[in-house]
Amino acid sequence: MPENIRGGRLNALRELTSARVKEFLREPEAVFWVFLFPVLLAIVLGFAFREKPPDRIPIGVISGPASGKASGQAILALSGSSALLPKAYAADEGRDALRTGKISLLVEPGPPVVFHLDETRPDSRIARLAADDALQRAAGRADPLQVRDEKVTEKGSRYIDFLIPGLLGMNLMGTGIWSLAFSITSARNRRVLKRLVATPMRRGDYLLSQIMGRLAFLLPEIVLLAGFGWLAFDVPMRGSLLLFFAVCLLGTMSFCGLGLLIASRVRTIEGASGLANFVMMPMWLLSGVFFSNERFPDVIQPLLRALPLTALNEALRGIMNEGQGLVEVAPQLAILTVWGLVSFAVALKIFRWK
Amino acid sequence: MSSPPSSAAVRCRGLVKRFDDVLAVAGLDLEIARGECFGLLGPNGAGKTTTIEILEGLTEPDEGEVEVLGTTWKGDGRRLREKLGVSLQETQLNEKLTVAETLRLFRSFYREGRDPEQVLAALALDEKRDARVGKLSGGQKQRLAVACALVGDPEMLFLDEPTTGLDPQSRLQLWQQVTAFREQGGTVLLTTHYMDEAERLCDRIAIVDHGQVIALGTPAELIRSLHAADVVELLSEPMLSEEELRHLPGVSDVHRRGPNWALAVHSVTESVPPLLAAVEKAGARLTHLSTHRATLEDLFVSLTGRELRDA
Repeated sequence: MPENIRGGRLNALRELTSARVKEFLREPEAVFWVFLFPVLLAIVLGFAFREKPPDRIPIGVISGPASGKASGQAILALSGSSALLPKAYAADEGRDALRTGKISLLVEPGPPVVFHLDETRPDSRIARLAADDALQRAAGRADPLQVRDEKVTEKGSRYIDFLIPGLLGMNLMGTGIWSLAFSITSARNRRVLKRLVATPMRRGDYLLSQIMGRLAFLLPEIVLLAGFGWLAFDVPMRGSLLLFFAVCLLGTMSFCGLGLLIASRVRTIEGASGLANFVMMPMWLLSGVFFSNERFPDVIQPLLRALPLTALNEALRGIMNEGQGLVEVAPQLAILTVWGLVSFAVALKIFRWK
Repeated sequence: MSSPPSSAAVRCRGLVKRFDDVLAVAGLDLEIARGECFGLLGPNGAGKTTTIEILEGLTEPDEGEVEVLGTTWKGDGRRLREKLGVSLQETQLNEKLTVAETLRLFRSFYREGRDPEQVLAALALDEKRDARVGKLSGGQKQRLAVACALVGDPEMLFLDEPTTGLDPQSRLQLWQQVTAFREQGGTVLLTTHYMDEAERLCDRIAIVDHGQVIALGTPAELIRSLHAADVVELLSEPMLSEEELRHLPGVSDVHRRGPNWALAVHSVTESVPPLLAAVEKAGARLTHLSTHRATLEDLFVSLTGRELRDA
């Protein structure tokens, strides 16, 4: 269109970037993997590991023609306990249920009340204490000492709080590496790169447009995943939002460097894909995405902490869950910076244009 | 040295390029004048693409000197690239972009150039302007590739097999564009293995085989070098021997072409009657007889003993 007729440096960079962005948006699969997949993963894992009240322990109460009223009263009393799930059984059935582990305790209404249980089962011992307590109170026992429970499931310490920053880090890595590695390798493979090099295009503009194309999707990607965690699971953001975005940006640049390095010489998509998996697979497992990397032996901890994804995840978790500031996440930022600079430098040195 | 630097569009001497053990270009010299349409004609694997990519500054020669529009390919060559339009062999462009977007992208690389819309119209692509590149036919893709080469308003065009695999109508449209570009003073270097394309478009042709120029001149000169105006092809049962045919009056050359014998002759009227007499004398039955004006294809066959298309 008329405003773009004039050639110029900025114009070329803008056209290249806009071409890259369009290329991405016109690839529905890529849009799915970048934006929807991480949210779906968060939904599935978030619900699978959501905080539930502790299960009630199933117990039985013997109920016969003779003891119908007493057992009814006992079940009512036992239902008052938050730990127990009482159900009426005929005497024989009750014993079978206890023996096969369907229930943890069988109560024979009294007086005297008889508890049938297997002392070796912890659930049975807990059920006995809770049942005794409930029945005694129902019978009119007054507690001389007042007590109150304080429950400790704090925001920031739940699995979903651990998971969302990990998924975000993983996504920043995946998108950064795939977007550069695939786009450049495919351009080389299809000889688009060679065709571009035959024009007066500045090579730096091409590489820069690849990075800018990646950055164009950064904000929606972060907002979608972190916003989803915040809205759906109440995942906290205790630290500075600005620092959070800055860390995301630094991490993204670092992974763009790795993506460029992967794409610097390889000729086929298969080759790039293999290399990208070789780089990313270890980090999916070792960098504390789904479970803490501290579960690995102490000896290899320094190695794990030097991985870019570990550094990014630690920094994101520090900021979101613990409200850490710039000084506290500085070591992680340093690791990301070094990875970024080294991979960019090597990639530019060995890059194959033709 | 013999002429001022501005007179030649391309000058190269002693080009050599090896790929592993294969000698793709084996000491090739060329000089193309400004405003000329020059064709590299040869079979697949003759070294045409390697040569043109060396001249385009995309491949570095192992030996030899290259000068394009008075400049060498030392340095980044961006200034030189501003003046060149390139269409690679089987160019693939970004399939997700539309035709208009692709052309705008290429336009943005040049400081000065033509209006993309105008180039689209010239190549009859304006109806397809909003179609994705991936959805274009082969002919449309090739026209877009040439449009991308023209949008920077180059002084010189490099076209590597621009019409290979195209339908006749697309070929004609491309030929018209090349002709129009020449009429505005542009220089063209094209490679082809279609002799009709070379004959029709090119002022001069270099026939290339095994990485070397084996014949050079205008199409008329080259055909004249056959010393034959016509070619007679025949097939008989049984076949006559090469020796018998070679000694017929007016026959300058005899080659196999497919199952047939191809005779290069001064004139059909001089050679055909004695040929028919020879067939009769040998007691053979004629199953095919045809004649045509001598072409570059005949020259290539006479020079190499092979045909262009499947050499």
